[in-house]
Amino acid sequence: MNFDPRYSGRNFASVGTRPIRPDGVDKVTGRARYGADFNMTGQLVGRVLRSPHAHATIRKIDTSKAEKLNGVKAVITAADLPDLTDGDAALYDILDNCMARKKALYDGHAVAAVAAVDARTARQALKLIEVDYEVLPHVTDVDEAMKHSAPVLDDTIFTEGLEQKPVKSSNVTKRSQYGHGDIHEGFGRADFVVERSFKTEQTHQGYIEPHACVASVSSDGTADLWVCTQGHFVYRQHCAQLLGMEASKLRVTSSEIGGGFGGKTHVWAEPVALALSRKAGRPVKLVMTRDEVFRASGPTSATSIDVRIGARKDGTITAAEATLRYSCGPYAGMWAELGAMTAFACYRLENVRTVGYEVLVNRPKTAAYRAPSAPMAAFAVESAVDELAKEIGMDPVEFRIRNAAQEGTRSSYGPVYGPIGIGPTLEAAKNHPHMKAPLGKNQGRGMACGFWFNFGGQTCTDLNIGMDGSVSLAVGTVDVGGSRASLSLVAAEELGIAYEQVKAVVADTSSLGYNDMTDGSRGTFSSSMATISAARNAIKILRERAAQMWDVPVDDVVWENGHAIAKGEKYGNLAALSLKEIAAGSGKTGGPIAGHSELVADGAGVSFATHICDIEVDPETGATRVLRYTVVQDAGKAVHPTYVEGQYQGGAAQGIGWALNEEYVYGKDGRLQNPGFLDYRIPVCSDLPMIDTQILEIPNPNHPYGVRGVGETSIVPPLAAIANAVSNAAGVRMTHIPMSPPRILAAIEAEREWSK
Amino acid sequence: MVEVTLWGSLGAIAGGKSKVEIEAKDIRELFRKLAEQYPGFEPYIDRGIAVAIDGVIYRDTWSKELPQGAEIFLLPRLAGG
Repeated sequence: MNFDPRYSGRNFASVGTRPIRPDGVDKVTGRARYGADFNMTGQLVGRVLRSPHAHATIRKIDTSKAEKLNGVKAVITAADLPDLTDGDAALYDILDNCMARKKALYDGHAVAAVAAVDARTARQALKLIEVDYEVLPHVTDVDEAMKHSAPVLDDTIFTEGLEQKPVKSSNVTKRSQYGHGDIHEGFGRADFVVERSFKTEQTHQGYIEPHACVASVSSDGTADLWVCTQGHFVYRQHCAQLLGMEASKLRVTSSEIGGGFGGKTHVWAEPVALALSRKAGRPVKLVMTRDEVFRASGPTSATSIDVRIGARKDGTITAAEATLRYSCGPYAGMWAELGAMTAFACYRLENVRTVGYEVLVNRPKTAAYRAPSAPMAAFAVESAVDELAKEIGMDPVEFRIRNAAQEGTRSSYGPVYGPIGIGPTLEAAKNHPHMKAPLGKNQGRGMACGFWFNFGGQTCTDLNIGMDGSVSLAVGTVDVGGSRASLSLVAAEELGIAYEQVKAVVADTSSLGYNDMTDGSRGTFSSSMATISAARNAIKILRERAAQMWDVPVDDVVWENGHAIAKGEKYGNLAALSLKEIAAGSGKTGGPIAGHSELVADGAGVSFATHICDIEVDPETGATRVLRYTVVQDAGKAVHPTYVEGQYQGGAAQGIGWALNEEYVYGKDGRLQNPGFLDYRIPVCSDLPMIDTQILEIPNPNHPYGVRGVGETSIVPPLAAIANAVSNAAGVRMTHIPMSPPRILAAIEAEREWSK
Repeated sequence: MVEVTLWGSLGAIAGGKSKVEIEAKDIRELFRKLAEQYPGFEPYIDRGIAVAIDGVIYRDTWSKELPQGAEIFLLPRLAGG
């Protein structure tokens, strides 16, 4: 990579302004095309048959009656998706999740699929498929699944990460451990110790747009896939591998995306649609219902966490430990490990230990949700931190400031921190007017910190300059939060032209080199780096063309404010050439002008946030109302501040729903009881106050403009901030998320009983 | 020669060591030599290992140089949302 990513400390003309987003008009007028908006001539309707059982052996599937139904063009089972994963365990899990092979592992697990001429015929066909199940005992609770008596989902699983390999298989796929120092010595020095156990229930990202795709496989073996995804290159890779295709023969086009938040980072139904199309010889459209999204896409882990923290009278934490048990669904993951890494990352600790256990349960395959696993760990740790501050008699903000990590601190997950932003977010929260606002009866204030890693990844960008001087920017990271506007600003900044001269699009997989998906808060961080690099490559060509037009050496030509300038007294009479003028003459100076970039964007830099929240609790019903909410977070550099604020507000809104209402409810039969937005209640506008934001800009030294990712960290503190606010309002420590009215009421009544 | 700190599971493969010393100029050479010395590392490298150099996490830049005296920490490859 011939590109210097270091922060240069430049002044900005475009970056930091707030122009209208290029995709805005289409979205508000309904013209924007989402996953289900694409159609092809002759397309069939795809439908998936799902297991009604939480855990069952599939003894036999008879599809003969369905195949004979008039209008049915293809029926597939796992036999139509043979195992081509070549020992890649993670990819095998994805395959098995797309279509169950030997066992149905959760309520909603796909077991067969049909493609028919219309939806009615497809539904009829599903009813004609006969599946012979042997129903097995199931387990859906993370703590129950760890017991020796629990039904084992996969008898080939022997817990990794133990000193000795266990002799018996279990649902615990892995134990991980992080930390340093001697916690026993640390707790020995503590004057106060808080020890608590916490639980969080499983939640869904709640994206408004269900998974949707149209697949078209031609008889020559090439294929097209139009799909709603966070990463169309990754989808291409997965689908090509699972169907035995060459990646270059599968073109994937990403639609607009109505939310993903981690849930659209790997394939769920797309290989099924392709397999149906391949068998039917016609395009197949497959759109999940909301019921299917809840039952068979990727929610978060449910968790059970024990925390112990000790501190001296002066407020110095002497030791901290946590044991974290995270459900993974029926396939191995690293969810508890991420919780173990992030749990105490905000603090400067001499003695710390975290242990994570990954636990298989008969629930859907867990997927990321913004900063995956960190919110639950932060809920447990920040609740205990708040309680400890209270016991010591310190202000909770002062207690956190006293123990906050800083440059040179050994992080709880291992490495020593460089420059970080936890201290400034805490100081900003301390000085925010919100912290001093008066509270009324039954109202409580809570605050909490949060950490997430952020990362970059493989990125490829093309910048093409038209003969009229307008600029087309083709990027490969799906725009989930306004990145086309941000990247247009970056291109305009680097070229020295107006934002309106740049049009950014998300290119399909046949038009651009490979890009990792938009996750890890990497979209703007990575693609802005590639855009800067591509623009600089284009500027090199623009200077060469200007040199030709003037007939002067290129080394004498510099690029300033969108113009080529010949430097030196001998060129005093040469008027500067604008980008438009050079572009207009490009046909006679060597042809099209473009800049290309392919790079690995690394060095995203860790991210911190502090949130403040005021809640009112009705002690008679346990109902809550969010009165005020403030997010303080470091953005490095806010390229488009409105969209940075939008990310902060979105994370907080989702965190509020997670904290107060959202929950997967399973019956004793292992079936999901609330797979719909009526019974799984996400916050709507009337539930929320205007969420106030404060952007801090502490430049990332590893990005030319100082940019950090901002998309994920904002979901880390809300569970804890709200739990602390509710606990303060209700006068009882809340230890179970969501804090739904019945749970709050039960806690208040239990406290009253205890106080008698 | 650089000193590399391993996370728990990797340490077990390296005979219970939490740190190993390796002669390597960049991440690519580090992984190659780790795999030579500890064949058990290979599946982990295939699955993805991130390298923190003085606190900055690198997931894919295998050409990144390892400065003498830098703190080098291996971490599992992270997932994101």
